[in-house]
Order: sequence, then C-alpha cells, then structure tokens
Amino acid sequence: MHTAAGVEACLPIRSDMDLVWVRQHVRQAAARLGFGLVDQTKLITAASELARNTLVHGGGGQMEARQVGRAGAQGLQLAFIDEGPGIVDLDLALSDGYTSGGGLGMGLSGARRLVHDFDIDTTPGSGTTVRVTCWVGRPPRPREEV
Amino acid sequence: MNDAHPRPVTGYVPVLRLGDVLLVTLQGDLHDSTAQQLQQDLSETISRTGVRGVLIDISGVEIVDSFLGRVLAEIAAQSKLLAARTVVAGMRPAVAITLVELGLTLPGLSTALSTEAGMELLARQAPVTRPGSPRQESP
Repeated sequence: MHTAAGVEACLPIRSDMDLVWVRQHVRQAAARLGFGLVDQTKLITAASELARNTLVHGGGGQMEARQVGRAGAQGLQLAFIDEGPGIVDLDLALSDGYTSGGGLGMGLSGARRLVHDFDIDTTPGSGTTVRVTCWVGRPPRPREEV
Repeated sequence: MNDAHPRPVTGYVPVLRLGDVLLVTLQGDLHDSTAQQLQQDLSETISRTGVRGVLIDISGVEIVDSFLGRVLAEIAAQSKLLAARTVVAGMRPAVAITLVELGLTLPGLSTALSTEAGMELLARQAPVTRPGSPRQESP
C-alpha cells in the first residue's frame, strides 16, 4: 500500500519560484498515489491556479498536502492557506470571468471544475483557506449545465 | 509523467530563427517571469527581424494553467499586430482536456499536432511570394 511518505508536505508560497515547487510536489504526490496521467495534469493545474491565488490575492501563504482515505478510496487533499484580505463576495469570486487581479478570471472557478471536492473558507480581513480533494479512480464530478 | 522531474527552467527561453519563422521550444516547468520574458523577447525579435511566423512547441510542457495560457494567447495577439502568425504545436492530450475543463479554450490560438505540421501550416498561411518563383506548395 502507499504510505504518506512523499505525499505529506507543507510548502511556502512566497514567490513564483515557490509555484514551481508546489507543482512539482503535487505531481510527485499524485503519481505516488496512483493517479492517472489526465488526473495528475488536472490536479497540478488546479494546484497551480490556487497557489497563484494565494500568492497574488492572499499576499503569500502556504500549501499543505496530505493523503486522505474514505471508504477504501485514496485521495490527495491540498489546502492553500493565506492570511490576506479574504474574499468579500464569494459568489462573485467563484464566477467565470470575474477577476480582481488582471488575470482571465478562471483561477478559482476553473480550479473548482478540475477537482472532486472543493471547499473554501474565507473571512474578510483575516484570510482564506481553499481545500481541494481528488480521489484516485473516481470519475469526474458531473458538470453543471451553464 | 515519470519520476524523473524536469528541473525548473530559469532565466530565459532560447528563440531560434529558421528562415522566416521563429522557433521556441518550451520544456518542463516554466516560471511566470520566464514566460513573461519570452513574451517580450518574441515581440522584439519579430519587430527586429520581420519574420512572418512564430512556432511554439509545447510538447515538453506538462501543464498549462491560466497564466501560461494567457501568455500564449497574448503572444499570438501581439505577433498578429506585428504581422506574424503564431502556431502552438504539440500540446499533450491531457493538457488539452485540462484546459477545456478549466474554461480556457483559447479560440485565438492556431495549433498543430507536431512541430513539422506547424511549420507546414505557417508556410501555407504566410507564403513567401518572390517574383520569379512560381513554386507553390499545395496540401
């Protein structure tokens, strides 16, 4: 069975160099847990989006990675934690095309589509934590019709 | 994706000139600043050399997130303003699937499956018409 070694980590997100390390760690952890190529790619991409949000909007923070299990299924959970200004209007921030940082406005809403579980906890003035989980071998979540 | 991780690329990405085309090969994991530097380098090189095409090979790129996607789209847009066409070649299937799910379909981007196909596409789209040279490639 897989062990937590090489999966559990806490990485700082302070510069675009750190984004590279975040992606490399997620790639390594996802491969170790047995994710297929497409799922690895989605997970790394989601991590890259969320880590960039932490850096750009949260003023830096950290990513915590851990292995999770539920009913025999294995998953990789990533938490992106910052102590930045928080998100005032969450619905707006989660909508496609909304941007406050000069990007394409696809970061948060796009990352949500790439993972199975997505949970966001934000308090204006004291920070944001985004927690995402992907499960090995589970089909993608059903798409909501737009 | 194997266990041998490509080292993060730092610094700059080389831009090669092949006749009328600038060839760029992206490899591994790019820093944001490296991608932005490339964007600047390309527009300066196009303007200096007057090339008609830019070919960006991304077959060695494991992920394209919204930042790199935007850089690619902006390179294509600014090249067009500088009278050059851009083709992005060799996107991995997993990257294409992920981009669409992310919501980035990059409609302004011309693509080709390989560098060779990309070169053909550029040669077709921007034929170099020289007087006295009747040769015309047809697909």
